[in-house]
Amino acid sequence: MTATPTTVAPNGGGTAATLSRLVRRNGWVLTLAAVLALMFAFTKVIQPHYGMAAVSVLVLAVLPYAFATAGQSVVIIAGGIDLSMAAMMTFLSVSAAALMQGQEEAFGIVVVVAILAMGLGVGAINGLSVVLTRVPDIVVTLAFFFIWEGAALTVMDAPGGAVSTWLKELIIGNVGADFVPREISTYLPKALLLLILMLGLVWIPLRRSKLGLWMYAIGSDKRAAHRSGVPVDRTKVAAYAVGGLFAAMGGLALAMSTGIGTPTQGPYLMASVAAAVLGGVALTGGRGGLVGPIVAVFILRLARQDLTLMSVDPNVAQVVEGLIMVAVVLVGATVAIRGRRA
Amino acid sequence: MTTTAQPMSSSGSRQRVAGFRRLMRDYPIIPLLFILTVLVAVLEILQPGIVLREDGLLGLNDRWISNTVKFAVPLAILAAAQTMTMITGGIDLSVGIVATMVAFVMSTQVASGVDPVLAIPLALACAALAGLASGVGIAIFRVHPLIMTLAVGLVVEGLLLVYQRGMLGVSAQIPEVITWLGTGKSFEVIPNSLLVFVPLALFVGFTLRRTGFGRNLYAVGDNEGATRLAGVRVWQVLIVLYVISALLAGVGGLVYVGLIKATTLSLAVPLMLPSVAAAVIGGTSIFGGRGGYSGTIVGAIILQVLASMLTVLRIEEGTRRIIYGLIILGVTALYVRITQERSG
Repeated sequence: MTATPTTVAPNGGGTAATLSRLVRRNGWVLTLAAVLALMFAFTKVIQPHYGMAAVSVLVLAVLPYAFATAGQSVVIIAGGIDLSMAAMMTFLSVSAAALMQGQEEAFGIVVVVAILAMGLGVGAINGLSVVLTRVPDIVVTLAFFFIWEGAALTVMDAPGGAVSTWLKELIIGNVGADFVPREISTYLPKALLLLILMLGLVWIPLRRSKLGLWMYAIGSDKRAAHRSGVPVDRTKVAAYAVGGLFAAMGGLALAMSTGIGTPTQGPYLMASVAAAVLGGVALTGGRGGLVGPIVAVFILRLARQDLTLMSVDPNVAQVVEGLIMVAVVLVGATVAIRGRRA
Repeated sequence: MTTTAQPMSSSGSRQRVAGFRRLMRDYPIIPLLFILTVLVAVLEILQPGIVLREDGLLGLNDRWISNTVKFAVPLAILAAAQTMTMITGGIDLSVGIVATMVAFVMSTQVASGVDPVLAIPLALACAALAGLASGVGIAIFRVHPLIMTLAVGLVVEGLLLVYQRGMLGVSAQIPEVITWLGTGKSFEVIPNSLLVFVPLALFVGFTLRRTGFGRNLYAVGDNEGATRLAGVRVWQVLIVLYVISALLAGVGGLVYVGLIKATTLSLAVPLMLPSVAAAVIGGTSIFGGRGGYSGTIVGAIILQVLASMLTVLRIEEGTRRIIYGLIILGVTALYVRITQERSG
């Protein structure tokens, strides 16, 4: 037996081979997960009382970042970039808060559906403008950065509006249904479940569909995709629309966690790009998935939480966070150049 | 003219369109001045007396004109940074916060007893550092300028907050020379800010047109690979460029704080978007290789007149931003059409 492993491994289809394939294909994601686990351990060391309550806080903070990053990742995979991500989130979030103000609880459902549809529409407008004007993505979405920001200010020029109570409760606390075993419910914040559900509902079917494949195709080589019969323009618009859908979820998450709408942009644009890059999405397009970026969001948010736990001045923490993001993007860009040369 | 010999009127009009395109491309200043005149005329119609006044100098409302110029100057200075970076195919999204930082650092240092003669260079040195950081990221690590300057802006904003906490006891104080420069007028009509602006504009114009560095900027924007193969050290050009850009932003911030006369942490941030718009309107291509400062100056004045008009029409801030965004998108799309015509 001692001599066989080398010969068995390539053609033996056992669990070991499956496992090694899994590791090879998802090496970066697994590395990130390991980093996250180490960071949790580190957090527990510096703050022995760190427990599920703090994790719930973390997940709440992660929510808008995660949706922004998911949207950004989809667009980057399809070979674009959406600089209006944070602006769209702001616009959709204030729209939600404005629509729900003074309405009955049940009306919230209508608003949620409307906002998600608006997200698709807003994203599609970005994508259509890129395709129709033939101006580079980065310039078009810069213009929309201002346009959606202006739109948010038009809806509401000061923080205000309201959010249905059931929506707010949707992300507070842990999952507490009777049929869920207590062991699980105490370790599963509602916000985390919501995040996984929403991302999974959109991404898993998309990833398996023809459209998902096309997105990767146009992101990695537009011309080759076009010659293989991929409708490049339509796929691009669809990718931006999905980005807008995630922005809508992010906007709703913002409104849900604050209970109001705020017409100023949060730091979600830079954070979304940095987390996507850290999560293994190449800025050149066509590579990466959603799991990596989401783990990256957790890493970046936990880093921020750790800084707070170490009682670092919040302003200094913002600088450190900014520097981490700059470093991530710097390294990501360098890797992208290497990849292009290789 | 050969056009007259051709019987087909459609080809004649096509040539006229091509001629217009060439005019737009090569001398954007002519259509720009035309647009400016139209805007001013519309403004006068909307609010009679705002431009023309019988008792004013030369029959014009000199007060309105010098005010427009006064507000256009800081914008034009920030737009100079934008023009230079855009010529290389870049952009500087940190100008707003860098300008704010310079104004804030200068006024707090003056308030804590530092002589303005020292405080101003000190504040500008901070700007140069920010520009250096952007430049290194863009030139050496090859990060897209948009993302890099946005990120540096974020870090600068954070540092400014930290700095502000260290300066809690100190109230900001704007030295007299800065207010004189920002708000004062000589001979009752000529804004003093022109004393800074005219030499600065000449310097930028000269740098772009007559120096090797300027030519390198156009070359990098036109074809970076070819420029590198021609022996230009592109990374050095880019680092110097982003330092200059930050310094220009800093000077703009100093003039602006003299105009606004209040130091806040969001002082010049609202100028960021118009600075991009001014350069884009002025005919500088956001893709690099084409443009100049004279167009940008007219672009800044156009935006200022447009701002007056939006104020007269009582249009709110939100709608204003939408309009600026649409202008950037529309004008860029137009230029793409024009340049594609040339190559196609």
